[in-house]
Amino acid sequence: MTRWLFALPLALFVALAAWVAVPLIRGDDPSVLSSALIDRPVPEFALPPLPGRSDGLASADLGGGPLLVNVFASWCAPCLAEHPLMMRLSGELGVTVLGINHRDEPADALAWLARHGDPYERIGADRDGRVSIDWGVYGVPETFVVDGDGRIRFRHAGPITPDLVENTVLPLLGELQQ
Amino acid sequence: MRLILTLLLIVAWSMPAAALEPDERLDEPVLEARARALSAELRCVVCQNQSIDDSAAPLARDLRLLVRERLVAGDSNDEVLEYVTARYGDFVLLRPPVQPNTYALWFGPAVVLAVAATVVAVMAARRRRGRMAPDPLTEDERRRVDALLGRGSDASARARE
Repeated sequence: MTRWLFALPLALFVALAAWVAVPLIRGDDPSVLSSALIDRPVPEFALPPLPGRSDGLASADLGGGPLLVNVFASWCAPCLAEHPLMMRLSGELGVTVLGINHRDEPADALAWLARHGDPYERIGADRDGRVSIDWGVYGVPETFVVDGDGRIRFRHAGPITPDLVENTVLPLLGELQQ
Repeated sequence: MRLILTLLLIVAWSMPAAALEPDERLDEPVLEARARALSAELRCVVCQNQSIDDSAAPLARDLRLLVRERLVAGDSNDEVLEYVTARYGDFVLLRPPVQPNTYALWFGPAVVLAVAATVVAVMAARRRRGRMAPDPLTEDERRRVDALLGRGSDASARARE
């Protein structure tokens, strides 16, 4: 009757090993945190424009239709890496992309946009990083998908990739469009 | 004497250094003490295994300033922690809250220990009951023992077996 008990430690070990191995093999990154703001309305905020521009960015600008909010800075190398994708999203793919310029020198930000292109319909300058904290940002770049009701539906920390655009962002935007 | 002085200096210089910069400090010592205590509870989400009190990351500095700002505005400690978790989730708390999705974390080790203790206790009890005395020797074994001890008739022949 107790003979099968001998196999119990082995079975427990196999179960534990599988539980640990699955995320490892799947390639999950444990440092990626899910946002506390998913499905919540965007935080109340109002950011001034970069000097010489008239836009700025506030919560009221995030109501009309699904759009992307991209947190970027001129000093951030991964932002430059994802920049061509932002250009493609706002150009060829016709997605509304809004920018939060994170802890940046305004002159540097303007020079960066002039040099690499400006995919942003509006940009808010978050010089002290306080609004970024309200968005739960912990590093640049970060990209959010906001739906027509002004709710955050998706957040990606780190540079966005073509794979992510094709398989996650575009399908989600299409779904939210309906 | 010199040895003692050297040891004292080593201890003094090896005190853990906080990342807190002088300009962040509040003038009110009570509030500052609360801010330090809260900072030690909050994880720096950039470095992830340091508290914001230990971390030199810019975001950690922002959060330290934020904590102090909330305290000056009259928030209680819990309100400050709530304010930060509303933005960064429970992960920023270095001490996870006790709630259904952390029961395994908080109580798992105790459960495993209890199960292991039960298994050991049951096995020990069973062994004591079943195996107090060894089985008696069979007739054949007795004969071999006798032969080895030289008590049998043809001891040397049997011992070679």
